[in-house]
Amino acid sequence: MNTLGKRRSARASVALHTTLCLAVLCALFPIVFILLVSLRGERGWTDPLALEGFTASNYVHLLTRTEFLLWFANSTIVAGLTMVIGVTIAASAGYAASRMRFPGRGSLMWSFLVFQMFPVAVLIVPLYNILGTLGLLNSHGGLILTYCSVSVPFCAWMLKSYFDTIPVSLDEAGQVDGLTPFGTFWRLIVPLAKPGLAVTGFYTFLTAWSEVAFATQFMSSENRYTLAVGLQNFVGPHRAEWGLMTSASVLIMIPAGIVFFFAQKHLVAGLTAGGTKG
Amino acid sequence: MRTLFAGVRRSFSQHWYAWAMVLPVVVVLAVVIGYPLGRGIFLSFTNANEANLGRTVGDFHVPSTYEFVGLDNYWQVLSGQEGSFYPRLGWTVVWTASCVILHYSIALGLAMLLNREMRGRSLYRVLLILPWAVPAFVAAFSWRLMYNTDVGVLNSLIGLLGFGPVDWLGDPTLQKVAVIAVNTWLGVPFMMVALLGGLQSIQRELHEAAAMDGASPWDRFVHVTLPGLRPISSTVILLGTIWTFNMFPVIYLVIGHAGGTESEILVTYAYRLAFQGVRDYAGSATYGVIILSLLLVFASVYRQSLKRQEVRL
Repeated sequence: MNTLGKRRSARASVALHTTLCLAVLCALFPIVFILLVSLRGERGWTDPLALEGFTASNYVHLLTRTEFLLWFANSTIVAGLTMVIGVTIAASAGYAASRMRFPGRGSLMWSFLVFQMFPVAVLIVPLYNILGTLGLLNSHGGLILTYCSVSVPFCAWMLKSYFDTIPVSLDEAGQVDGLTPFGTFWRLIVPLAKPGLAVTGFYTFLTAWSEVAFATQFMSSENRYTLAVGLQNFVGPHRAEWGLMTSASVLIMIPAGIVFFFAQKHLVAGLTAGGTKG
Repeated sequence: MRTLFAGVRRSFSQHWYAWAMVLPVVVVLAVVIGYPLGRGIFLSFTNANEANLGRTVGDFHVPSTYEFVGLDNYWQVLSGQEGSFYPRLGWTVVWTASCVILHYSIALGLAMLLNREMRGRSLYRVLLILPWAVPAFVAAFSWRLMYNTDVGVLNSLIGLLGFGPVDWLGDPTLQKVAVIAVNTWLGVPFMMVALLGGLQSIQRELHEAAAMDGASPWDRFVHVTLPGLRPISSTVILLGTIWTFNMFPVIYLVIGHAGGTESEILVTYAYRLAFQGVRDYAGSATYGVIILSLLLVFASVYRQSLKRQEVRL
């Protein structure tokens, strides 16, 4: 740490940049590798070190002759609705937990935390049976309901810590002006909390978008698959379409990467907020 | 009795607003977690499987014929008769500990480097965060291709150095090393960003004062940096432990259909119990309840020990 205002020696500087470059190499290698393989045609993956034969044929094949776009749409719909439901119903609970002292508040906060520990193995069988009884297996609705078990506690936890960062004096001003508590929440705090809502929603979206365990069992017909299930079809026991797999991976990484780039700072602040306040 | 009622009424009139605002969440959680959890616990006391669970085939309803077996499932698993619990628990603990230790130490090292003033700092930061943006299932498949024995890029690189191909996903030990590497790659960026935030919140003056007093860089690291990072560290380690313990996609998709089940952690094993072969719903539920209990115990012990440390400080 250059805290003493001393200049770093040339040797230390080289060591610093070398270490960081090595770390960057490790971080980027798989991503770049996948990108290269995806651009080298159907058999490109069988010769991983060659840098020739670049073609977009994998992408053409993926977009025109597989159900990739349909899976993409399915994933987006399921994750989008999960996000909307999660954020909407969790916001008011998060606000109440942040501002009001009521009996049951402690156990509510505790349950938000504990529910995030639930392993998929506890809930999957009962949920599978329940959805089967309700006729919701193999439907987007059933999957969205399932994902609420993950998203609602998480959203409530995140939003509560975000509301904690908004000064209480604003609420008091609102109440002086004659707003009900819900009015204060809805008209004053929600507009101010837009960045927090956005980041929470985004993270919920990503979690639902890349969920594997539930989707693999609950969705049985190919036209309802989400991406995480559909991609497993490209490289099953009897198939090895790595060209399709890698090009699909690239198309999934690009939008995720862009949004992620903008959201990551707020995301960390939100996830660790509970901890910094003790 | 009368005072009790009055108390309830008073507290209701005082708190009905807050309760109304949390009601939707409580209802949803009761439906999607409370009821399934209760049913999961119930199933763990039975011998339910695919064959004896009630189901509707066409217009016919086949009634359930499974029986209540009390604590038998737990006894089978915990006494070791079922055979795979303790080895698997051991591997799950090793997996969780090595992943979290690697995440934390690599992330702390990188965060300390990034916390210096230098050229290209924000570029390094962005590039190092990229793996976090990759969905776990995409990363799992990508690494599976890289680990391929005959045409994987890792073996090709090793081949260039003159070594023979390594059977990454076939050999049980290497399989474990391989999945730990994937999860480390995926998990470092989150810890790094979190710890970097923590480092930046430590006041410069503390370091300067320590240096004035003649503290070596190592002393400053131990006595200024680490204590300053404590609140953030305790949260990310707790989160990281829970996430890794339950990490499903990496293990499930990287190992895939390749090898035996030795490198499966508790969660993926419970999942396979429920959905492969004769679906053993009761066994899977038993494992699920045990996993949840372990995590709950861990989280509360962890929090308690943190509190005790704070008191001592």
